[in-house]
Parts: sequence; C-alpha cells; structure tokens
Amino acid sequence: MLLEIDNITLLYGRIQALHGISLQVDEGEIVALIGANGAGKSTTMRAVSGLRPIASGQIRFAGQDITNMRADLRVIRGISQAPEGRGIFPGMTVQENLDMGAYTRRDRAGIQADLKRVFELFPRLSERRKQAGGTLSGGEQQMLAVGRALMSRPKLMLLDEPSMGLAPMLIQQIFSIITEINQQGTTILLVEQNAQQALSRAHRAYVLETGRIVKSGTGEELLRDSSVKDAYLGVA
Amino acid sequence: MTTVDVPPTAEAQTPAPLPRRKRNGIRSWFANLPWPARTGILVAVVAAAYLLPYTADVPVIGPQIITTGTDWRTTLFTVSYYILLSLGLNVVVGYAGLLDLGYVGFFAVGAYTVSLLSSPDSLWHTHWAWLETIPVAVAIAMLSGLILGWPTLRLRGDYLAIVTLGFAELIKIIATSTPGFLRGDTGFTRIPAPPGHHADGTPLFGVRDSTPYYWVGLTLVIVVIFAIRNLDRSRVGRSWLAIREDEEAAEVMGVRTVKFKLWAFAIGAFVGGLGGVMFAGFQGFVNSNTFVLQFSILVLAGVVMGGSGNIAGAILGGALIAYIPERLRGVTDPISHTDLFQWRFVMFGLVIILVMIFRPQGLIPSRRRAMELRDRRKEAAPE
Repeated sequence: MLLEIDNITLLYGRIQALHGISLQVDEGEIVALIGANGAGKSTTMRAVSGLRPIASGQIRFAGQDITNMRADLRVIRGISQAPEGRGIFPGMTVQENLDMGAYTRRDRAGIQADLKRVFELFPRLSERRKQAGGTLSGGEQQMLAVGRALMSRPKLMLLDEPSMGLAPMLIQQIFSIITEINQQGTTILLVEQNAQQALSRAHRAYVLETGRIVKSGTGEELLRDSSVKDAYLGVA
Repeated sequence: MTTVDVPPTAEAQTPAPLPRRKRNGIRSWFANLPWPARTGILVAVVAAAYLLPYTADVPVIGPQIITTGTDWRTTLFTVSYYILLSLGLNVVVGYAGLLDLGYVGFFAVGAYTVSLLSSPDSLWHTHWAWLETIPVAVAIAMLSGLILGWPTLRLRGDYLAIVTLGFAELIKIIATSTPGFLRGDTGFTRIPAPPGHHADGTPLFGVRDSTPYYWVGLTLVIVVIFAIRNLDRSRVGRSWLAIREDEEAAEVMGVRTVKFKLWAFAIGAFVGGLGGVMFAGFQGFVNSNTFVLQFSILVLAGVVMGGSGNIAGAILGGALIAYIPERLRGVTDPISHTDLFQWRFVMFGLVIILVMIFRPQGLIPSRRRAMELRDRRKEAAPE
C-alpha cells in the first residue's frame, strides 16, 4: 500500500471539514475522489501534501507515518501535487516553473531526462518554454501544473481538478495524458468534479459528501451505481 | 517605446502570444553590451556617485541639483542611508512579498544598541567606540527580526503587517516610558563618531564636512547591493520568488516557506539595523522622536514607488524620498510665499497617487513583478 489515510479529521477554525476519512491508494493505481463542491476533496489532498495539519487520525506513505511531517519533506519522500487553481508562478517562465518542480532534486542528468519527458508529453510547453507562466491559456497552465508536478519524479501525484475550466476536447486530452503518466509508473490520486471522466479513467474511486466517504468501489462499479449517476453524472 | 516586428517564424505563428513590449530598453541594451563595456560603465557610475559631494562645482547643472536650504553633503548622507533602508525593505517586501509596516523598528534597534553601548548617558557605561558597536547592533537587529518573525511568519496573510506595525510602536513606547534605560525624548547624546583624523588633527568625521559620512554610507550601499544581488540570483532568491508568486504552490514544490520568509525578514532587519548604526554615528544624538511611524511608511512608499522587487527601483525610490524634501527646503513657493518644504507630504501623496495610477509596478519595474500584478488583477476582477 502506497498511501494509507486512516480516519483523519481536519478543522478550518471551528468548522470541521473532514469527519474521519479513511482511504487507501495502492502502487500503480489511479484513485479518484469525487463529490460536490465543499465535500472535502481538496481538503483531503491538502492533508496528504501537508499544506494543512490534521486534527486527528494518521497518514502513512510507503510504510512510513507522515502525519506530522513537513510539506517539503513529503515532496522529498515522493509526494507531489498540482494544486487547485493550478498554482502556476505567473512571473516565471514555463522553463522556470518546471525547474521549480525539481526544487528538491540535485541530480542534473535525471532532471534533464524528466524535462525531456515532460516536453514529450506536452509539446506545447516546449514551444512556450520562455514565455511567462501568467501569459499561458488555461489549458496550457493546466499542462504546466501537471508537468511541474512530474518534475520531482514523484511516487504519488496528487492532481486537484485537472479538468477545471477546460474545453471538452482539452479535458479528453489531459485525461489521456494522466492515464499515460500512470502507465509509465506513477501512482495518481485525483480529485475531480468531472465524475464521468474521472470514474472511467480511475481504477478505484471514493465518493465524498460533507467530509465523509459515503461510497467506494472500482470506477466501473460507481459509474453504474444509480445514486452516483443521479448525483454526479447528470443522467437520469 | 517601440514594438519590433518579428519576422513570421513557426514560433510566432502559434496563437495568442502576448505582444512583447520592449519596455526596458536601457536594461536590455546594457545586458547585451560586451563585459568590458559593462564594467567600464559600472566603474564610471560608481566613481560619479563618489564624486557627488562636488556637484556644486559642475557648471550650469550643478547648482540646479544641489540643495539650497540644507547642506548638500549632509543631504547626500541622508540619501545614502535611505537607500540602504529601501534596499533592506525591498528584500522583505519586494523579494519575499511580506508586508512590513514597522521597518523603522529595526532602524531603532540598531540606533539604540549603538547608543546604549557607546553614549556616556547610557546606564551601562560601556563607552564602546562606534566601530565596536556595529557587529553587536546589527546582530541584535537581526535577532529582533527573527524573534518577531518566528511566530508571525507561520501565519499567512496580513498578520505580519499588524505585528510589525505594533513592534515599531512598542519600541517607541518602551523608549518614552523608560527614562533611565532608553531615555525617552531626552535621548542619548555624545554618541561617538567613526574614528579617523585629518593630517591637522581634526576628526575625519566632523560636523563641518559630511563627505566622509556620505562615502561610508555609499560604500555600505554598494556592499549591500552586491550581497543582495547575489542572494537574489541564488537558490534563496528563487525560493523567495516562488513564495511571493504563490506561497502554497511553493510549499508543494518543497520550498521551506517559513525558513525563507524568516531569512528575508532577518536580512531586512539586519540592513535596517545597519541604517540605524550609521544614523546614530552621524547624528551623535538619538531620542524617541527619531523613530516615527511616518518613517516606515515613507521608506515603504519609496520601495513601491521605485519598483519593488528590483534593486535599481529600490535605489531610485530611496533616493527620491530623501532627496525631494531636502531639495524643496528653502525654495519659496511663488503663490503662498511659504517654504515648499512644508508641502512635501502633499507632494508625496500626489506623486504616489500618480505613480500608482500610471505605473503601478513602480518607476523601474521588475519584469516579473509586472506579470504578477497582471495575474493578481485577473484574480481580483475575473474577465
């Protein structure tokens, strides 16, 4: 088991955002978290990456307890995140943004190889190398966020709403690339509003509602599940 | 402001690249010069800066530049420590993106440490020489920055602005309420000047000619410029940039945000303390009225006006806030027949408003800063 979240709770001030979430991600999987706005999907991601301390529970990564570990050390351990809203550094060029992704690394040759790989996955980024991140289109920024998250050579990649604000064709494209990245050996935990895409791409998924997991199963199972269909897939 | 038409290459045909304005003509011109030319220009600029005390001797232009109401060389010294403070505050505000509203606090810590260690009025009676107090004073200023930053920099948002504002006021209040220790507005007198004598035995750093003070100030400015420039180009600078542009994203890249913010804050405090040391050594007298809130705001205005995140901008901003009021002194306003100096804050207000309207990124903007502002605007008012 690569990631194991055990009964975590999380507070924003006096508001409880997570009420005992437990989930597992196995090596090589794509696992999706789906749910409505405010269900706690992004908050769960933030707890895993260490952006937000949890109130109780435990998070284990690759057999190690990382519950109280600093965010930067989690990056070194192999967790990387493409944050919600993309989090592109607007004044840095595409190249500099990607370099920031490799911030914790020292192996120049390895970084070069990964840079090449990112440019192969996203040829568009290669064309825009010297352009400031803030001038990219929404789709390009999303590609940059995913590419940058790859640059730390993570074991586990956390993708927060990679399809947000993208045109349908681009959504298809970004999900194909996510699948490709996964097939190349990176485990992926994915948060999505676009449940249709997420469930058809993911091996397994969890459904969140108001800070609790209400359902889990394989992507196919959930795609067929009538309550999931009603609530998240927009088909009667 | 010219836009150069690029011949249609494959790259230029990709859709929607933003028009690239050649705004920083001088900067790119300078960067493209061969290195001997660049070194030559730098040496000439530095030499000219050292010769500024003799501006009055320059025919025609000289008398227009120098201050008439105050001693020109003293003004130059004032300009030099304002530039120093702008450079220090620029690290905090411009590089790390932290809003420090009480920068004068560190200036005060530096000046008071010098006073306590050297002035005969001090309770401690240590009578140190000015030079000896420097390491202790800047170390304590830096330490106070660390102590102040340690709890507050863990929080996001505007807590820092409030805490720093409080810190500066706190020092002032401690000073006014401890007549024995920090001596309120009675202050410390006879703070020793830097060492050295002329051939005839008169002190090098005397009251008659401020030139040596200015040269010391200028030298410190140059040293600080080089130190900050190197930091900015290192991994530290890259970390600051990431924090300023998107703190959360920086954190998930593995940047130890608290550590680097604390460093920026401590370096700012260090330079601020150094400014205080110089001030105390020059003035020979320090009291609680020296450290008013206005002072922090003025330096901050200088940094923002000049172009925060940019060394050249900080220098220009710092120089302007010190020079303009002094230049206005003794100049009579033809309408009201009063000294223009009295209108300095009105003019500042106007200038700052104009700059914010027409050039929000500052007079000498940093390219990145301009991009960040554009990005923020998008956030504030989505299209």
